[in-house]
Amino acid sequence: MSDATETIEGFVKSDYKYGFITDIETDSAPPGLSEDIIRFISKKKEEPEFMLAWRLKAYEYWKKMEYPKWPMVQYPAVDFQDIIYYAAPKDPSDGPKSLDEVDPKLLETYDKLGVPLHERARLAGVAVDAVFDSVSVGTTYQKTLSEHGVIFCSFSEAVKEHPELVQKYLGSVVPYTDNFYAALNAAVFSDGSFVYIPKGVRCPMELSTYFRINAAKSGQFERTLIVAEEGASVSYLEGCTAPMRDENQLHAAVVELVALDHADIKYSTVQNWYPGDEEGRGGIYNFVTKRGLCKGVKSKISWTQVETGSAITWKYPSCVLQGDDSVGEFYSVALTNNRQQADTGTKMIHVGKNTRSTIISKGISAGKGQNSYRGLVQIRKNATNARNFSQCDSLLIGDQCGAHTFPYIEVKNTSSKVEHEATTSKIGEDQIFYCNQRGIETQDAVNMIVNGFCKEVFRELPMEFAMEAQALLDVSLEGSVG
Amino acid sequence: MFKIQNLHAGVEGKDILKGVNLEINPGEVHAIMGPNGSGKSTLGHIIAGKDGYEVTEGTMDFKDKDLLDLGPDERAHLGIFLAFQYPVEIPGVNTTYFLKSAVNEVRKARGLAELDAVEFLKFIKEKAALLELPGDFLKRALNVGFSGGEKKRNEIFQMAVLEPTFAVLDETDSGLDIDALKVVSNGVNQVKSPERSQLVITHYQRLLDYIVPDFVHVLYDGRIIRSGGKELALELEERGYDWVIESAAQPV
Repeated sequence: MSDATETIEGFVKSDYKYGFITDIETDSAPPGLSEDIIRFISKKKEEPEFMLAWRLKAYEYWKKMEYPKWPMVQYPAVDFQDIIYYAAPKDPSDGPKSLDEVDPKLLETYDKLGVPLHERARLAGVAVDAVFDSVSVGTTYQKTLSEHGVIFCSFSEAVKEHPELVQKYLGSVVPYTDNFYAALNAAVFSDGSFVYIPKGVRCPMELSTYFRINAAKSGQFERTLIVAEEGASVSYLEGCTAPMRDENQLHAAVVELVALDHADIKYSTVQNWYPGDEEGRGGIYNFVTKRGLCKGVKSKISWTQVETGSAITWKYPSCVLQGDDSVGEFYSVALTNNRQQADTGTKMIHVGKNTRSTIISKGISAGKGQNSYRGLVQIRKNATNARNFSQCDSLLIGDQCGAHTFPYIEVKNTSSKVEHEATTSKIGEDQIFYCNQRGIETQDAVNMIVNGFCKEVFRELPMEFAMEAQALLDVSLEGSVG
Repeated sequence: MFKIQNLHAGVEGKDILKGVNLEINPGEVHAIMGPNGSGKSTLGHIIAGKDGYEVTEGTMDFKDKDLLDLGPDERAHLGIFLAFQYPVEIPGVNTTYFLKSAVNEVRKARGLAELDAVEFLKFIKEKAALLELPGDFLKRALNVGFSGGEKKRNEIFQMAVLEPTFAVLDETDSGLDIDALKVVSNGVNQVKSPERSQLVITHYQRLLDYIVPDFVHVLYDGRIIRSGGKELALELEERGYDWVIESAAQPV
């Protein structure tokens, strides 16, 4: 190995810049999972009977399941009895009524994260539903939204205020029987976001949620449900960070999207959970089920994700293209550095006629990171004239990392057209030297090359988040220069 | 301004340069010629500071600074430029963005204010016209899908933009047809000034019809075995290298 390779590797070592712990009292359940804990959670949240019944069914189902072993990731078995399933920030009153009542330390945390909760929110045109551990602490701009008939609230609130909508759509895209972690989430989920866009309404602003895991040993199991009625459209962004801790934390979320006729949902994620240290100690296990149902004709669901954090990522935001002429998109950047592992990709299930899907996946591996793309394109029997285009590109930095691609293609209709392109490249010493020769130092050169590689995905992100994503990649690749 | 003394260098224990001496003053154009494998490109790389070469003996100074102590980016900040024989491609990074970063890095290192986007665009459009570059050139990803000729033109364009005090042109003429050669040479000559020097590495005398050197050196087996004026290039064209090599082998 030449000097230049070593230099490149030196530059990709990074420190986690969001590793601070907020010191506030929490109101937690004891560790472990049982029917009692589920009843405790449901009671704490004052849920209606149907919710508890659903949780308990999911729990019964989960008990008989085994955790999935097929992903290309390695980690010690998770002890599900050692996890705290409910941790809410303690508050003497029944929860804050407005931002003024929110614990200042909490707001400080958001400040460090750059969540635009105050006036900045209005300037940025962002409404934020901030989830801190398990309870949603402040939802801004509900008023503006409600004038348009848009419902944007915490999941617990939706369960109380809009039980008929929750009951109608909960589990309709990701049933609790779907997989091990989806069942676990259904049993114990603590909060999350709920969005409902009524018929013909274009949501007047970007909706955004920041999730953050704070309490030690707590699992975060949030659940998001977005419903866009006929002709409605919405763009939603979630951003995630977690404090540095030595032990691993579990994050098993479920996201369900439903788009009816001519509806359009864009879901963007910037994920920066704590990735663990250089030796692979600590970090988030991010086991997430995300799926959108294009239920109506000409509906569209678009996933964009930038994944730079987590010790292990296991996630496949998918689209079920049920309505005729519906469209599914998946744009992804996944970066693994040090000992991070990612097994991520998408599923495009073509059910209706003339359905179209696009997959653009960019995997970056640095350090000892392992990055796998796993994707399924399925064309069902009645999906006449379905089309898919997939492009999976991998970029390697250094010579100790790995990139893997597992594309699955199942076609049962002969009129369909499926394309798959894949490339693997390495940041070359020649590229670095070329940049150096023009006066650009190595760190900036690496950032420039990586950002160029990710360009097709970044341009799918809303403007301000594209900047954030780019900054995040730079930080994740940063190291001690010299 | 630029001075190499008794430079010995190689790769993985194999000697390539075996005692090169070269001095270049402001405003001078020097040409290095020589058969394949004589060490011409290696010399260019070592001047620019490419990793992977080991300098075992000798010195290399530029503007009274020891170049061997500096990284390639620091040398670029001082005003050294290498036009690559094989320019690399960088997908997704457009030429304008790349050059803006480069120009501003160099300006920053010299304590100058960075150019804003408007100033910069105006500046590079003038330079692009100089090299007769097509309009979409600046928006395309750096060298991606460029023809050989376009890549070479892009190198000289970058040189025009960065305005180096010492430029090394590594076989810039290879792969160019006669029209492109004229355009490129024209670009090089426009950059010329009493403060700026050039070192032109080439196989062929042809280029030197357009870029007229003050001095011509023949590099053979890691040493400069003969130096002369521009007429030396013509003589080489006519008689080949053998007579120079033979006369150099004669004990003096």
